[in-house]
Amino acid sequence: MDLKLRRSMLFVPGNNPAMLQDGGVFGADSIILDLEDAVAPTEKDAARFLIAHALRTVDYGCSEKVVRINPLDTFAAQDIKAIVPCRPDAILVPKVESVADIHAAVKMIAAAELPNQTPVKIIALLETPRGIIEAYNIAMADPRVVALALGAEDYTAGLGAIRTKEGTEIFTARTIVVNAAAAADVQSIDTPYTDANDDEGVLVDTKFAKHLGFKGKLAINPRQIEIIHTVFNPTISDIDWAQQVIHAIGKAQAEGSGVASLNGKMVDLPIVNRAKRILHLAQLLGLIEEAK
Amino acid sequence: MKNALGREIPEKIGGVAEVKAFAGAFKTSPSMSRRAPKVKSVRPTDSKMVDNLADVFAKIPVKDGMTLSFHHHFRNGDGVVNMVLATAAKLGLKNLKVALSSVFPVHEPLIEHAKNGVVTALDTNYMSGPVAEAVSRGLFDTPVVMRTHGGRGRAIECGQLQIDVAFIAAPAADEYGNINGVEGPAACGSLGYAFPDAQYADYVVAVTDYMVEYPLSPVSIPQTRVDYVVKVDCVGDPNGIVSGTTRITTDPVGLKIAEHTAKVIQAAGLIKNGFSFQTGAGGASLATAAFVRKMMEKDDITGSFALGGITGYMVEMLEKGLFKKLMDVQGFDLEAIHSIATNPNHLEIGADFYASPFNAGCAVNRLDVVILGATEIDTDFNVNVVTGSDGVIMGGSGGHADAAAGAKVTIIVANLLRGRLPIIVDKVLTVTTPGETIDVLVTERGIAINPRRTDLKEKLLAAGLPVKDIIDLKELAEQIAGVPKQIKTGEKIVAVVEYRDGTIIDVVRQVEI
Repeated sequence: MDLKLRRSMLFVPGNNPAMLQDGGVFGADSIILDLEDAVAPTEKDAARFLIAHALRTVDYGCSEKVVRINPLDTFAAQDIKAIVPCRPDAILVPKVESVADIHAAVKMIAAAELPNQTPVKIIALLETPRGIIEAYNIAMADPRVVALALGAEDYTAGLGAIRTKEGTEIFTARTIVVNAAAAADVQSIDTPYTDANDDEGVLVDTKFAKHLGFKGKLAINPRQIEIIHTVFNPTISDIDWAQQVIHAIGKAQAEGSGVASLNGKMVDLPIVNRAKRILHLAQLLGLIEEAK
Repeated sequence: MKNALGREIPEKIGGVAEVKAFAGAFKTSPSMSRRAPKVKSVRPTDSKMVDNLADVFAKIPVKDGMTLSFHHHFRNGDGVVNMVLATAAKLGLKNLKVALSSVFPVHEPLIEHAKNGVVTALDTNYMSGPVAEAVSRGLFDTPVVMRTHGGRGRAIECGQLQIDVAFIAAPAADEYGNINGVEGPAACGSLGYAFPDAQYADYVVAVTDYMVEYPLSPVSIPQTRVDYVVKVDCVGDPNGIVSGTTRITTDPVGLKIAEHTAKVIQAAGLIKNGFSFQTGAGGASLATAAFVRKMMEKDDITGSFALGGITGYMVEMLEKGLFKKLMDVQGFDLEAIHSIATNPNHLEIGADFYASPFNAGCAVNRLDVVILGATEIDTDFNVNVVTGSDGVIMGGSGGHADAAAGAKVTIIVANLLRGRLPIIVDKVLTVTTPGETIDVLVTERGIAINPRRTDLKEKLLAAGLPVKDIIDLKELAEQIAGVPKQIKTGEKIVAVVEYRDGTIIDVVRQVEI
């Protein structure tokens, strides 16, 4: 599994030079330079040029560089051709609905990559009812796919449902995405909370996403990043628990026993994996020095 | 001669009685007595009401070469300066000096008066707009004296700025000359910047459009110091005087800077009971107050006082019990005006009480933290808030240098890049505030600490804040934006920048046309 930290993925409009220049200062785990919704059709070429230049020249620090291209049936080919040689870490492909979509994207990306370029990863944005149904197959379609992200605005429109802050209408889609991603051993990224002025709302929504099993959340405003990180960061008791699990399994192995237990409960593989994930996260965040 | 910052200062400067070079923020001490203005007597039957400004000019009488003073509480809505100078021009007066605490775009007619010889000298703490532009291009033969808010109070009190007549724009007055700023159509709140003028001018004239029955209450400037009262139709435009509710920035970079600034204050160990604070009304400054407030609320902290220019946001913090007192030298919005009129814990203070270095103790000395802006800062932490990137005057110290000198921790907040220009330079074009009084620079790309403050550096690093060397930050900015070209200035000195203690910290030279 790709263990890159993606607690927060911040959208930056691709046609806003100031934001492209400053995108790295907010501490998001990933920044998504956007060629799709943020950019009017008449401005796509200018935004492509700006993003290509930003990828080559702007230091985004620790943030992963992701570019959201346009849908495969519109400007995706031009976007990929212009962007991929500028070495983004990943491409966020919107409105993915099928294995064939991933194959088409992979083909274009591979063709655009320079010799010796680190392969560009793919994050599939699922935002149609069909995309949700195909989630697992999409996640399994190619090793480049490292995460599934949910785009709930278009998805609810596709359903004919009304999008609410409570999000009961997207409950099924959320659990499907989390489950499909877990089954395919990729990350699951939740839909953004679209009211940038509602700090309490984004907190509640992110807590719920974490509760369902999401590993990160899309963000539409830098203000949301710290809140999202607070939710996804492991707590001290999480870290304590994870360290105890690893200790218990190590002890059991040393004693030649195949079965470990912690506080009277059996420690099996999924629990060990969860503990490892927590410690890896804690290590990346500098909360612990090394996983014990 | 060179001053302590290495700035070349001429031995003699027209309009400055004695040129003293800046020697260090606390190196110059006074040895003089306070100025004594004329002693007055008014008989029981005398009236102070005068029909119009021309009659006041005749009664005093105002003569060629006199110094007329004004406050800037009406900001860009002021009507009084233009009215008084139009009267002077009509009466054929020449060679007047205008001592106006800040000059705004509304004061554009001053340019014509300067060209016609009516006004030949200007003394101010801040200027923006057409007058500032014209001054930069050589409007006056005599350099404009640019002071700090505290320094103006000092200069008046020590007799270095002698005022013949103070024309005080009065939102409300009674017929015997009591004045306040909280009633009438031109209500502006505190009248603090007019206090030294009222105390030390030889003559004081209240100019108002709102008369109330004697005795007016509350009194900001008392009848004992006011010689005449003139009622005019309109003293100013309320839309230019008060802003709407001052809002916190939504700019993500500004918020990032504000958040870091609040964390710096916390890491410095200053957010505790008794905390005192000054911040501006703009962008990241006010947003810092919001982050500081969250920290105070979380830990149940009650601060002592907030100081300086007061906004509705600070009023709300007072009302919620986060601060015990506000000390208000200037109000910015309707909430501040309402509060100073009704809340006994909202105190009106004068410019001298606020910031004069030469009295028995001013309020900035009691500050824990002040948040200030900068148009440029150099690698020695000297700050420029006078001239812009084109060399044209676009501001002035106001209280900048005063609060920086007084506060335990002075923080400059600024975007590392303004437009396409790095904010950090090798040497600022004009020094307003000496680097020895600046402790921390917070930008969106890192925090620089004055090497004098090793104590702060340790605390901030321990808190995990992104502390960087100011030279590294400068290089980072230059990597993004390139190195800006040096500005070429002419020889003529158009303004002298006076430090709060009366020494010359820098001069402003004419911009090339």
